[in-house]
Amino acid sequence: MPGQMRTVASTITNENGFYLVSGVSSARRMLGIYVVMTVTLSGVSKKFGAVRAVDGVDLEIRSGEFFSMLGPSGSGKTTVLRLIAGFEEPTTGTVQLAGRDVTRLPPFDRDVNTVFQDYALFPHLSVRQNVEYGLRVKRVAKAERISRAEQALATVHLEGFANRSPAALSGGQRQRVALARALVNRPSVLLLDEPLGALDLKLRLEMQSELKQIQREARITFVFVTHDQDEALTMSDRVAVFNAGRIEQVGTPAEVYERPATPFVAGFVGTSNLVEGETAAKILGSHGSYSVRPEKIRILPPGTAARGDEVAAPGRIADVVYAGAQTRFLVDLEAGGRLTALRQNRDEDGDEALRHRGAGVVLAWRRTHTVELTQAN
Amino acid sequence: MHLNRRSRIALRLAMALGLAVLYVPLLVVLLNSFNASRSFAWPPTGFSLRWWQAAWQEPGLRTALWTSVRAGLGATAVALVLGTMAAFAATRYRFFGRQAVSFLLILPIALPGIVTGIALNAAFRTVLTPLGIGFGLFTVIVGHATFCIVVVFNNVSARLRRLPGSGEDASADLGAHTFQTFWYITLPAVRGALFAGALLAFALSFDEIVVTTFTAGPGTQTLPLWIFDNLARPNQGPVVDVVASALIVLSALPVWLAHRMSAP
Repeated sequence: MPGQMRTVASTITNENGFYLVSGVSSARRMLGIYVVMTVTLSGVSKKFGAVRAVDGVDLEIRSGEFFSMLGPSGSGKTTVLRLIAGFEEPTTGTVQLAGRDVTRLPPFDRDVNTVFQDYALFPHLSVRQNVEYGLRVKRVAKAERISRAEQALATVHLEGFANRSPAALSGGQRQRVALARALVNRPSVLLLDEPLGALDLKLRLEMQSELKQIQREARITFVFVTHDQDEALTMSDRVAVFNAGRIEQVGTPAEVYERPATPFVAGFVGTSNLVEGETAAKILGSHGSYSVRPEKIRILPPGTAARGDEVAAPGRIADVVYAGAQTRFLVDLEAGGRLTALRQNRDEDGDEALRHRGAGVVLAWRRTHTVELTQAN
Repeated sequence: MHLNRRSRIALRLAMALGLAVLYVPLLVVLLNSFNASRSFAWPPTGFSLRWWQAAWQEPGLRTALWTSVRAGLGATAVALVLGTMAAFAATRYRFFGRQAVSFLLILPIALPGIVTGIALNAAFRTVLTPLGIGFGLFTVIVGHATFCIVVVFNNVSARLRRLPGSGEDASADLGAHTFQTFWYITLPAVRGALFAGALLAFALSFDEIVVTTFTAGPGTQTLPLWIFDNLARPNQGPVVDVVASALIVLSALPVWLAHRMSAP
């Protein structure tokens, strides 16, 4: 039964496309408890020569979610995207789309579309011809082609640019054309390979909220590759953190940030304090690796007793780093090791904050904010 | 860059001299074709169109021109197909011996024409003659194609190397089959390189004389062979000047066109 339901769900998505939002959402509600897996990777590895770009990845991406693949460059996230699109074949493992094994299918036989990092617009075609391209090669009638292309251009706010050449557009506009060109095909999954990487900060923030809005309205599954943790945290329903060809953790932004599973995730997503070895034994009462986020730590006067649900550690402020909205206090603990505590500059200005250098303090944080890390491998 | 007055004048003179060495001889040929005198007498004694008329009525010349055009078109066609395919293989695929294939393809342009000529002559004699295929236009086309392929190969592979592969990925991603991608995306992207390669290949074939000498049969005469033959003949000098003048004008045209098209 679940297999059958999966087929039904994907069929509805395909036929109604993203313009008929209400139809899809009621269909989803009707299907109720079934969580539809749009993309499933099982035991996928990809070797380039002797290099293992992807090393045993298992992944399930749910229908309609905004799923980010976050990691440093060379961590394998783009290769995973290319494996889903069909530009690469895995060395081992299988790729499924909507329950169908597509491991050996070429890109043109897969119901996914890609927004490329360099946009990959066709320079000899106009904006309209670029957007129509997917429909043209599938022999969609001309009238429908034109109306769908116009609709897609309207979605990305590029009405009136149809007859321009891609060369005559700005980076942000090219980005939108690439998006329209992919959306016009009404794919069930849209793959985005660091699409905002080339844009300046202001435009990037603007496009982030626009992408999110398009994704919500179109109910398309977005698989979004990025190395920017802020982007991943603010936009995603779920995030997979990649490192060295493997997935370190998959979870909601809050899960990944608040409860990092490994030292790598704790360090890569946001900044984090690592408490381990003797220090951990003295403060927390057990050996092991623990992570504490700097903003969770309270700075108290020396001798202050911590609350019952808190861990306390006396120390001395070794350095003060003023950063405008916040100040970072680097504290050397009596138990050994150095922790960073972050404080909003609500009551103090920069000069006052800097005068704390050398002062004795007690650091305190809630016991539940101490996260035990499992050493990777 | 700052130059003083004297070096500016010196550089201008050097350029004028260089251009003069290139173009004065061509100008002399052009003038001589309208010279009323029959023996290259200088200065020309008078203006006359008689040599142009004579050339027009020369049957051997017309046949030779037609042979050259056919040989050039044939060699260019062969070079376009094979050179383009080879360029795609060498730039878009990874296979054992890829570098060696590239090197072997480029080598013929550097080989002395006389070596290519002798080698082809011997090969045709041993392989084609027993099959009943004699020396003629076909063997000339094959001979010219050996070096015409190189220019197409070089032009197209240079273009392909600068072309990001993501365009072809994007096309496949949007649902285009391999042939559609080639037709709609790749071919338009390399069209300029194909055109330039074809122009160059035709030009190379059109004035080739060494390889042609060894691969043309006795009954096949290309334009360069005809000129070479007639240059030494009595009374034909001015007619050769006419042919040369016509060729100057004909070659300037495509170069001027290509120049205009590539100008910003």
